[in-house]
Amino acid sequence: MISPVSERVSRAVILVALALFGVVPLLSLLSTALTPQGSLPQGLAWPTDPQWQNFAAAWNAANFLALLESSCLIVLGVVPISLAMAALAGYALAQFRVPGGSAIYILFLIGLTLPAESLITPLYYDIQSLGLLGSRLAVVIPEIALLMPFGVFWMRAHFSNSEVALTEAATIDGASRWQTFTRIHLPLATPAWSALAILYFLATWNQYLLPLVLISDPSKRTMAGGLGAFQGQYGDNIQLLCAGSLIIIGPSLIVFLIFQRSFVRALLAGAVK
Amino acid sequence: MLSRPVDRHYSTAVSNFTGRMRIVSAQSRIRRRRADWRALIWVLPALAVYAAFVLFPLLQSVQYSFYNWDGIGVATWAGLSNWESLFTNPELLQAIGNAFVLIVFYTVVPIFLGLIAAALIRQVRPGPFGTITRVALFVPQVIPLVAAGIAWSWLYSQTGLVNQFLGWIGLGGATRAWLGDFTFALPAVGVIGIWVMLGFCTVLLLSGMGRIDPSLYEAARLDGAGSFAEFFAVTLPGLRQEIVVCVTFTMIAALTSFDIIQVSTQGGPGYQTLVPGVAVYRLAFLDQHLGQASALAIFLTLLVLAIIIPIQRLRRVR
Repeated sequence: MISPVSERVSRAVILVALALFGVVPLLSLLSTALTPQGSLPQGLAWPTDPQWQNFAAAWNAANFLALLESSCLIVLGVVPISLAMAALAGYALAQFRVPGGSAIYILFLIGLTLPAESLITPLYYDIQSLGLLGSRLAVVIPEIALLMPFGVFWMRAHFSNSEVALTEAATIDGASRWQTFTRIHLPLATPAWSALAILYFLATWNQYLLPLVLISDPSKRTMAGGLGAFQGQYGDNIQLLCAGSLIIIGPSLIVFLIFQRSFVRALLAGAVK
Repeated sequence: MLSRPVDRHYSTAVSNFTGRMRIVSAQSRIRRRRADWRALIWVLPALAVYAAFVLFPLLQSVQYSFYNWDGIGVATWAGLSNWESLFTNPELLQAIGNAFVLIVFYTVVPIFLGLIAAALIRQVRPGPFGTITRVALFVPQVIPLVAAGIAWSWLYSQTGLVNQFLGWIGLGGATRAWLGDFTFALPAVGVIGIWVMLGFCTVLLLSGMGRIDPSLYEAARLDGAGSFAEFFAVTLPGLRQEIVVCVTFTMIAALTSFDIIQVSTQGGPGYQTLVPGVAVYRLAFLDQHLGQASALAIFLTLLVLAIIIPIQRLRRVR
């Protein structure tokens, strides 16, 4: 399609403006993080003498090493278990005649819309009576539960399209249901469950409300939960705050940029199902 | 038409055939209907953790909403008083109203801008330019909302980028501390929502446009449709499903928003940016008014369901 120059130019201008809207706030964070501490920075101006050591200062001030370790522990506690549970349930709901299967599925579907606010109050007292308040398990267990509806929905949607012929062939060859699942359907579903793993990672890493309420010691929270406390403590030191925010944004951003293509493709496939 | 003999023949054949099909499928359904109790074991772990840590607390919230309880002492029966104050307490009313205002920013604007962005990206030759725009728009969706809140608090501050930009374009007189301004705090928070949601909507709509049958565009062009007519006659109807997904996702985000507002304004100034999520948190964990917090939380849940479920019907009709 050949369009007049003026149309092409205005199209490019609008697109550049939209792209800038997306990234300029983050660039402003970066340029501010690099200004000397104690100075009064401008919104967006590249500093003449970039203070890269601000990142080290923020790292130490917020005790990010402990926070990173804590986030990793929480993620490692949440993601593999959630994936396994969601894959098992999704597979069974798609392939077997589970008694009450459709009722169970609808129960999970309701969970897709439930806001975490609707359960956070009783959850606090439930976790307290289990003696878990303040420990990382206080976040891990409810987070697994909150991630379950989407995972079951996602894996069931995927396994509903699995080839019946493969299952039949495996059964004829004498494979048990478990073997058919682990040796045939699970490997074939790698794109689906790895995309789910990325979504689970981001959801856990970015989780704010649960750690805020259930873990009072900020160094035991996730990165996002810890940042909230950091903001309260260093709200006046804008350079440290911006550097700290960028440190926390970093891992999410890196994971997204690495898996960008498969992630977006999988997200769209799941969203339209 | 059925009165003609040939057709009657044909229709009997069809009904015979479908009748037999029905018998076959009924048989297989009976065979498959036999409850497979061992399959329940596969579902049980997911169901158990979900029931114990989502469904059970949800029911407890319903129970709490009929009591007055400070979390320590004895809970006393409150009847419907916590529910009544949802509709009489000006603070709570404002929180609910603000959530609806946020829908404009989280849902309406991102879908509108997303349609424009997606249409433009599709017209650009495939290459780095379109990809970069897409990724740049999607980045805000993946970073922690807390970080988004902190970033924008800085952008909106007295010396932040927003005021700097207004100075550049000669609107220096309009500068202010946006998040502390009674009139502009809520729209300012809303713009953060646009920033977060725009990428998701753009990418989803973009992929939807890729699925529309190109022959529809050719037909429209043969009928003499301009690009605007083409957009309304072909593109928009073809995107029905994607738009419903965008509306669902962003509306839930708007109604249940918490992170961004807790970090950037905590509901202030006054109650100008108070939303149900932040109000629940404050009532439950700062004011120790658990019954009121639970009534608001359950009301919020019902509100989300009442809005989202009817919208899903639009998805199926095509």
